[in-house]
Amino acid sequence: MGFLTFLLKRLLGLVPTFFGITLISFFVMHLAPGEPMSLQADFNPKMTPEMRQRLRAQYGLDKPLYVQYAKWVKGLLHLDLGRSFSPDRRKVWDKIKERLPVTILINVLSMVLILVVAIPLGVRAAVKQNSLFDQVTTVLVFLAYAAPAFWVALLLMLFFGIELNILPVSGLHSLMGYEQMSFWQKVLDWARHLVLPVFVSAIGGLAGFSRYTRSSMLEVLRQDYVTTARAKGLPERVVIYRHALRNALLPLITILGLSIPGLIGGSVIFESIFAIPGVGQLMWSAVMARDYPVLMGNLVIVAVLTLLGNLLADIGYAAVDPRIRTGLQTEE
Amino acid sequence: MSERVFRSGRRFLQLFILLSGLVVWSLCQCPNGWAAGQEKPAYGDAIVVGSIGDASNLIPMLATDATSHEIAGLIYNGLVKYDKDLNLVGDLAESWEIKQGGKEIIFHLKRGVKWQDGVPFTSKDVLFGFKTIIDPKTPTAYAGDFLEVERADAPDPYTFRVVYKEPFAPALSSWGDIVVLPEHLLKGKDITKSPLARHPVGLGPYKFRLWKTQERIELDANPDYFDGRPYLDRYIMRIIPDPATMFMELKAGGLDWMGLSPIQYKRQTDTPFFKKNFKKYKYLSFSYTYLGYNLRHPFFKDKRVRQAISYAIDKKEIIRGVLLGLGVVATGPYKPDAWFYNPNVKRYPYDPEKAKSLLASCGWKDTDGDGILDKDGRRFSFTVLTNQGNSLRDKTAQIIQYRLKQIGIEMKIRQLEWTAFINDFIDKRRFEAVILGWTLGQDPDIYDIWHSSKTGPKQLNFIGYKNKEVDRLLVLGRRTFDKEKRKEIYFKIQEILAEDQPYTFLYVPMALPIIHARFHGIHPAPAGISYNFIRWWVPKNEQKYILP
Amino acid sequence: MDRSLALSQEGQGSRWIRGLKELCSNPLTLSGLIVVGLLVFTAIFAPALAPYDPQKIDTFHILEPPSAAHWLGTDGLGRDCLSRLLFGARISLLVGFVAVGIATGVGTVLGAIAGYYGRWVDGLIMRFVDIMLCFPTIFLIMAVIAFLEPSIWNIMIVIGLTGWMGVARLVRAEFLSLKKRDFVLAARISGASDMEIVFKEILPNAIAPILVSATLGVGGAILTESALSFLGIGVQPPTPSWGNMLTEGKDNLEIAWWLSVFPGLAILITVLGYNLLGEGLRDFFDPRKKR
Repeated sequence: MGFLTFLLKRLLGLVPTFFGITLISFFVMHLAPGEPMSLQADFNPKMTPEMRQRLRAQYGLDKPLYVQYAKWVKGLLHLDLGRSFSPDRRKVWDKIKERLPVTILINVLSMVLILVVAIPLGVRAAVKQNSLFDQVTTVLVFLAYAAPAFWVALLLMLFFGIELNILPVSGLHSLMGYEQMSFWQKVLDWARHLVLPVFVSAIGGLAGFSRYTRSSMLEVLRQDYVTTARAKGLPERVVIYRHALRNALLPLITILGLSIPGLIGGSVIFESIFAIPGVGQLMWSAVMARDYPVLMGNLVIVAVLTLLGNLLADIGYAAVDPRIRTGLQTEE
Repeated sequence: MSERVFRSGRRFLQLFILLSGLVVWSLCQCPNGWAAGQEKPAYGDAIVVGSIGDASNLIPMLATDATSHEIAGLIYNGLVKYDKDLNLVGDLAESWEIKQGGKEIIFHLKRGVKWQDGVPFTSKDVLFGFKTIIDPKTPTAYAGDFLEVERADAPDPYTFRVVYKEPFAPALSSWGDIVVLPEHLLKGKDITKSPLARHPVGLGPYKFRLWKTQERIELDANPDYFDGRPYLDRYIMRIIPDPATMFMELKAGGLDWMGLSPIQYKRQTDTPFFKKNFKKYKYLSFSYTYLGYNLRHPFFKDKRVRQAISYAIDKKEIIRGVLLGLGVVATGPYKPDAWFYNPNVKRYPYDPEKAKSLLASCGWKDTDGDGILDKDGRRFSFTVLTNQGNSLRDKTAQIIQYRLKQIGIEMKIRQLEWTAFINDFIDKRRFEAVILGWTLGQDPDIYDIWHSSKTGPKQLNFIGYKNKEVDRLLVLGRRTFDKEKRKEIYFKIQEILAEDQPYTFLYVPMALPIIHARFHGIHPAPAGISYNFIRWWVPKNEQKYILP
Repeated sequence: MDRSLALSQEGQGSRWIRGLKELCSNPLTLSGLIVVGLLVFTAIFAPALAPYDPQKIDTFHILEPPSAAHWLGTDGLGRDCLSRLLFGARISLLVGFVAVGIATGVGTVLGAIAGYYGRWVDGLIMRFVDIMLCFPTIFLIMAVIAFLEPSIWNIMIVIGLTGWMGVARLVRAEFLSLKKRDFVLAARISGASDMEIVFKEILPNAIAPILVSATLGVGGAILTESALSFLGIGVQPPTPSWGNMLTEGKDNLEIAWWLSVFPGLAILITVLGYNLLGEGLRDFFDPRKKR
């Protein structure tokens, strides 16, 4: 079986998964009580039942559920996610589009930070298994994991933003004078604003990745070829970083793909704390306002990102390990 | 911003409605808004305001949230507005005549007013706004008052005439800033898809500059404003969803104006830093919070039971514990400084013994010794519903729960997400009791909340209150124009409500804005502080933001 | 050889003691065990340990700093923070156990079916797992809780129902490798039914990784509850949970540090404890571990 066939098969396999996702989200949402009505309008004395009925018809909520779903899928096939139910009636894609870059930027940065810190930590912990270093880092990464993110965020804001007054408290960039800044000043300004959010969104992930690297590394270090390399008298550094690490990191690719939904999910907390206008906040307010189209649109985007991540991980894997292409993969 | 009731909760909108179509944003008519004899105001600088929620739509008649109305209030004007003493005065209207015993109003409009794109403002814009708001295709929540209109026309560019089916006392006040729209930009277009929703063109003191969703909204001073250019060059609203972050941002210098919570007001802002850099204000907000009973429920049919609960709740304790003293006891559906407020109605001071004996007289006794009263084998246990994300209401509910338990009533608390709350519980009448609030208008008309014809599905008299005398008075109040006569009518209504206790009226909270000390010209008045916002200014040497 | 099989040849009692001893030889695991033990103790004896009724309101003494009368100060309604913290331990324990119990139960059953029957059953279940893994779990939880009532039971059920995918994959993998083993084949030849093979032969041998993932999951569930509390849809007052105490405290961080520091530390230490214990168990059960 060629690589192309493999790719095609994988891609086709994603289609039912994708529609499964939309189906589940659609029905979970619509089974819930409550209806999308611009919040206070519901309770407004000037809102007559007729007007309400008219709004429902405008939103298409008077049709049976399966009709609504079919309509939504039809739109999706034309890459149309529909219009928001909120009073601004904007296109869902426009709403997501303006928020997505910030969320992706922060998540990519925090992912990089996680990998840069967690991999060396994990490797060293594995090499020196059960040493003091191993134990201390274990406790430290678990401490970082165990601290509720919003609490850490506030403590950091209080310390760096108020007590030391060296970092901005919230927002994405300075309010005044930003437009006059040079490109590099702007970059610096963004960097200062993003230090805390990126840090907060990263620390929770350290534990997972460093522990994963550690156990994966331990596994590899037990393999024959590592023993062979050692027996050949190669320096320990070369053995570990050239031979062992490369193989140990392979499974991490899968984990990376799978961690996308979790990262975007975590965004709602730090975006709300740091007043960052990202997808997390959009999704949260959509949940609260029963803004079905926006909610569906967001879930679709996250699903697509995750599926893409998984696909890339698969391709990466297949490129490295030809056995997978031929369908020998039995576990996970 | 006079409506900037503190919201200690999340990004939920306040559980209030706008009773009057007229948004309370009102700008000072007189250019001499500052006290005489002071130094001359300077132009320049900007003000940064913090808001928990983002705006939704900047066409006022399409928006229902407080933030949208705050911003739109600076961009649009109405025919009339309330001045600092809450008197109705002309805004875009130079004057008006009331004819046919109140059935007809003729507005004479100001001349030379221009939309921000340079097109002159005329009576056609008002007529267009009116036609739009009553158009069944317009998804607005404010059509109600305008459906009372029989016909409206614009005989010439500076005259607008409206005739009502019957005399309608709240008529004049309904012609506020939600109904005036630029006809030349909207005519023949679908208002729900109009770009004006995000790039408004108004004729008010500020012009739209930019709106970054969920981040900030910026407005620039309108140099051609008909009532004089505002002093502050720019108005920036920053959206900060978390109240703790917002307060830190204030401290770090990133905000000039926000609404404080009672704890922040009392305990966190008396430091030398705040005294030097900020000024705090407090005044009664235009709202009240209540415990409402479902009067169809067998527990609450008897007014003695409701009275007993009112006696069992220590309202002063709630004001002490929840508002930290920053509020007053509510005795009825109005705030104490309104001209139609009746101070002499029956009150319910904290008296648990009286509560117990009242309950005993209705047959509620603890016969099985479990600490909870019972009657005919039924325990006195009910659930109170309130909305999520409002920490003041949440604490209030917990205090009430604690006090009721002491007289043998078990009250469970259930917090609900707003839309589910309204659709599935209030609208379908599936509730026993609620803790909610109403926003108050400047007009005493409360027909929609208390008239027995408004108890139908999805209507506002959701507790099912029916009183023939109140019904009669409510109708009479709507048809009466004489202020003294209206006052008498509404005094009587308050007496009946106080006796009946369909709600236990709890408290009127205070609005607690804090503003940076560099702003001059702020003079608290019955209308709050923001009525003269365009006359606020910063001396040249204190200006913080120099705009290019 | 599989570790549990090796151990089963010894007597039950001595096996337990020896295992426990070995487990405790790692100081990190030991501290995890102590933390979890203390939590269970606190949760059980909260009414006896708490100096006050955790719901007793006293508006004359709100936001008082720690003192002899109130060791950990009072909250925004004048309630004793220590008492609330102790009772909060019950909720945290309950949320952790029930949510993880549900996740483990669902995950084990689905994973076992998928692994044991293979083929299209496996394909179907794993496709479902893939679908569930594409959702940002917190949003699914948010959506459901915001739509339903945020009662403690709903919260536990939803956290559980969105967290079973990892267990399912784990169990499936174990089953795939175990079902081809000699002792399973032997059982099959001797005429055991599918149910007997699954529950009597395979599952007991897959218990170790399930236990490890469950232990690690408890910490995650406690953190999820606190995140939900931050969003206002966690365990509802007046029931004290560490999550809602921390959320109340965050708004008063500067003037009432005790309101957020103590529940924050409680969450921190507990979650840390569960993770250390889980990691220790993982090492302990690791068949390839160096002796």
